[in-house]
Amino acid sequence: MTELKLPSLDYAALAPILIMLGTALLGVLVEAFVPRRSRHLVQLTLALLAVLAALTMVVLSADDRIITAGQALAVDGPTLFLQGAILVLAAMALLLIGDRSVERGGAFVAQAAVTAESADDRRQAEGRNGLTEVYPLTTFAIGGMLIFVAANDLLTMFIALEVFSLPLYLLCALARRRRLLSQEAAMKYFLLGAYASAFFLFGVALIYGFTAGVPGRAAGVDFATINAAVTESPASPVLLFAGMALLSIGLLFKAAAAPFHVWTPDVYQGAPTPVTGFMAACTKVAAFGALLRVFHVAFADAGWDFTPVLGAVAVLTMLIGAVLAVTQTDIKRLLAYSSIANAGYLLVGVLAPSRDGLSGTMFYLVAYGFSVLAAFAVVTLVRDADGEATHLSRWAGLGRRSPFFAGLFTFILLAFAGIPLTSGFTSKFAIFGPALEEGQAWLVIAGVLTSMVLAFPYLRVVVMMWLSEPGESTPTVTVPGGLTSAALMIGVVATLVLGVAPAPLLDLAAGAAEFVR
Amino acid sequence: MEETVQYAGATGLLGSVWLLVAIPLVSAAILLLLGRRADRWGHWLGVAAIGAAFVLGLTFFFQLRGLENKSVELSLWDFIAVGDLRVDFGLLFDPLAAVFVLLITGVGFLIHLYAVEYMAHDEGRRRFFAYFNLFVAAMLLLVLGNNYVMLYFGWEGVGLASYLLISFWYGRPSAATAGKKAFLMNRVGDTGLAIGIFIMFATLGTTQYDEVFNGVGSLTGTTVLVLGLLLLLGAAGKSGQFPLQAWLPDAMEGPTPVSALIHAATMVTAGVYLIARSNPVFSANSTLQLVVVSVGALTLLMGCIIGAAKDDIKRVLAWSTVSQIGYMFLGVGLGGGAYALAIIHLLAHGFFKANMFLGAGSVMHGMKDQVDIRRFGGLSKHMKITWLTFMMGWLAIIGLPPLSGYFSKEPIIASAFDREDWTAWLFGGAALLGAGLTAFYMTRLFVLTFHGPKRWTEDIEHPHESPKLMTIPLILLAAGSVVAGGLMAWNDGVASWLSPVLGEEAAGEAHGVLSHTVITILSLLVTVLGAGLAWFLFRTGTATAPQPAGVLVTAARRNLYADAVNEAVFEKPGIFLTRALVFLDNRGIDGLVNGLAAAVGGGSGRLRRMQTGFVRSYATSILAGVLLVMAAFLAVQAGWLA
Repeated sequence: MTELKLPSLDYAALAPILIMLGTALLGVLVEAFVPRRSRHLVQLTLALLAVLAALTMVVLSADDRIITAGQALAVDGPTLFLQGAILVLAAMALLLIGDRSVERGGAFVAQAAVTAESADDRRQAEGRNGLTEVYPLTTFAIGGMLIFVAANDLLTMFIALEVFSLPLYLLCALARRRRLLSQEAAMKYFLLGAYASAFFLFGVALIYGFTAGVPGRAAGVDFATINAAVTESPASPVLLFAGMALLSIGLLFKAAAAPFHVWTPDVYQGAPTPVTGFMAACTKVAAFGALLRVFHVAFADAGWDFTPVLGAVAVLTMLIGAVLAVTQTDIKRLLAYSSIANAGYLLVGVLAPSRDGLSGTMFYLVAYGFSVLAAFAVVTLVRDADGEATHLSRWAGLGRRSPFFAGLFTFILLAFAGIPLTSGFTSKFAIFGPALEEGQAWLVIAGVLTSMVLAFPYLRVVVMMWLSEPGESTPTVTVPGGLTSAALMIGVVATLVLGVAPAPLLDLAAGAAEFVR
Repeated sequence: MEETVQYAGATGLLGSVWLLVAIPLVSAAILLLLGRRADRWGHWLGVAAIGAAFVLGLTFFFQLRGLENKSVELSLWDFIAVGDLRVDFGLLFDPLAAVFVLLITGVGFLIHLYAVEYMAHDEGRRRFFAYFNLFVAAMLLLVLGNNYVMLYFGWEGVGLASYLLISFWYGRPSAATAGKKAFLMNRVGDTGLAIGIFIMFATLGTTQYDEVFNGVGSLTGTTVLVLGLLLLLGAAGKSGQFPLQAWLPDAMEGPTPVSALIHAATMVTAGVYLIARSNPVFSANSTLQLVVVSVGALTLLMGCIIGAAKDDIKRVLAWSTVSQIGYMFLGVGLGGGAYALAIIHLLAHGFFKANMFLGAGSVMHGMKDQVDIRRFGGLSKHMKITWLTFMMGWLAIIGLPPLSGYFSKEPIIASAFDREDWTAWLFGGAALLGAGLTAFYMTRLFVLTFHGPKRWTEDIEHPHESPKLMTIPLILLAAGSVVAGGLMAWNDGVASWLSPVLGEEAAGEAHGVLSHTVITILSLLVTVLGAGLAWFLFRTGTATAPQPAGVLVTAARRNLYADAVNEAVFEKPGIFLTRALVFLDNRGIDGLVNGLAAAVGGGSGRLRRMQTGFVRSYATSILAGVLLVMAAFLAVQAGWLA
């Protein structure tokens, strides 16, 4: 029997992941030992400090290009860029999660075990402080995402997927108001998520089988092995293509691409809005980070034969997202469909197999993350006595009541619509340009056409806010406290800066756009 | 003869030429942004800005005189950099630009000063000065640019300012309409200029003056002809030349200082500037020059004929402007030494026409805004300064020696005769006839206004002379009307100053059909005849109501039917086309768009029903997706796809 050798670990390169997971464990201890009164402050500070520390470590190891922990984790340009993106966006999401000025006690339920709609539930809705378990859950999720984008073999990737998915399922169920909707969303997300994970795992098995069938090589699911097998494989890799299909499905589910998007509107609507923002920004980054690595590293030499299939998925995603957004009447559902359409645009970037395509996709992820978090931040502010007023008819005339916030939201919507001087324009340009150069004109045409369709629902909201008279039921905008304000302003300013002077971030993305193999 | 054009970089004091544009622009911005807060002192800021620009212009002028290579170029920043197109935000200060700067800021300053008093009782005086400063800034940019895009920038800027100022009293329907008319007719010319610039870029790859001028030699004759005709269209639009002359007289709806500065002295001469600046283009094609000369000759006669039949003091002066610019076009069309003559006439005209417009304003000021010359008469006793200064303008424009017009107009007439074929008689004859007609209608205007019996409306008892702030600019401009022409012609001063830009004057007497002495005698003769006839006819005044008249006079009263032609040829078909397009838009395009929108909406509504909210149906649809994607991947693997 050969001696089992422990793989060497590069602790500096792994530090961001270790910090987040360690903090999550620490957060569990805080729940146990710190008095209830001060938990919120301690947890929030702890989580933010951890994100900051992890971000510092990412910045410090910006020049790392290594594979560590055996073949399990790759710390390279895209990993570090995307980890940085996740951490920055997660910090904004934490600000939203931690806010207790907009709603007394925060956006989360005080006691999750109380039966929804009962008398107890109504009492807890009236201002008892929300659960603080959300912080360890969020930090666990962030840690999982950091692993997910660094994962260099399919099993690590699967574990990371579960590590960040499970906390998200729980977080979705913890809304303070409309708890039935929230719990239903969590249940759906969990069931369908498990379903998709099964496909992913099945895909991993098939690919393992494929690598085992290549003579003269050890079987394995790390990307180097898969890549070598793909390159040297004899004809008829049915297993490979079937495995690739199932694997993509697992990832496309998380990325909310059609036809695997069905959970998105229900979950986005039901989840507490800060969590929705967190998912829309960070999950997107993580899912596309993994997609990029799988297709650019593991299957790079499969000749991109699968491009037409994924292209069709991208077109379908853009179409479904754009067309369905047209008739939405709920702002959170509208943003959900917008997020689906954006997944389509991101897929266009994934399918441009060049350095520019890679850097453009990464830029898009960051730009979109900032805008979408700012959008959900505004959604948390528009409220009446029953909590957030998400029905669009309630937004009529908001521009008259609260011109400042309506103005910010208008700006964000214009960014989503891809109007120049916003990051929406530069990021679409960053994706469509390389796609066109790589000969994917049909995807670009579909992208531009669906952007036109999408402009309608966005502008409809703008028209409603500014050109309608405020009605009896038009809610007021709560003036937010520091945390939400900070998140909102970061998002809006980033949307503007990335639209006016995108060069520094584009350069950063371009410099990072190379995977280690 | 291949000459290369090149400009030296700006150094020292001349590096701040940009201030000329910046000062009036900043002043305009301040006046517009501060709003009512600037009402009390805003007009003085406007005057001071132009005064400062004049002083600077004078300083730069003397600096330039001291230079070996009489031009400086200043590139401020990259204005447009797209693909192969590189446009500088660059300025060029050379002899031609310098004389324009002095004219614009010098005459502009006097007119600004005059306007302080003239607009004193108008609520919008601050707005007026803001627009006025904006105009000066744009006009200076127009003449100072070092490429055609800069010129176009200024060109559109003066068009905007002109529009804003013509319809300054936008409450009056006639003013609003006149503004629109000017704007639309200018668009026609501007489009020509824009396409001309596109052609330059398409054929030469540049819009910089020096590169364009050096590259003209490499173009085919047809290209040069088309390019030149397009530039001419632009020039004709801005300068009120045939066939785009109709807007200029209507532009008199604006306040009188506007008419004096924009629609007499400076902006309307931009067309002449454009042709003079582009002289390497125009000199390269003789057909092109012939067209320019024809436009000039035709317009100068039209202007005279219509001017003789009008009774509105400002319209007579406006048609006179059209006619005088016709002389300048004649000059720049003749080419060679006549380029400089046209510029000299332009400068001299700037003085005496501004003088007369301000004089007309002074008369209107004293006569309760009456503009009908049939309702004046005998004003010489009541408005002595206005009378005397106007007289200087009148004598200058009809070309009586030794006043300005004699030195500036008579050489153009002589040049028109300096041709070897029958066209000498055609163009020379037209110019000579124009001189006689000018003397006739200007004398008519002068006599009817200041002499003869009073024909005032009942409400006027004692017309008063205007205050000092108005008469001082009048006196200064009158002095300019008297001496400017002589000074500029003396020792060929201006002509040789301009020679680095416009080329050396052809040496010696050309082989004209008539000698210069004969032409001088002839032109003086027709002038005296015209003036004498007018004096004889109108010395006893005229009827205060329109009289029946012959065919020619009726035609002239109706602007030689140019408006009717415009209406029949452009307006009616244009309206028809618009209606047809609106119909097409409503039924065809809107139908398509609305249909598409309805289809998207309907599809959206139908798809939405698939979002049932049941996890089981979601799982089914995901499974369907899985099967599809699997099938597609396997099809790829089997080589059926891609």
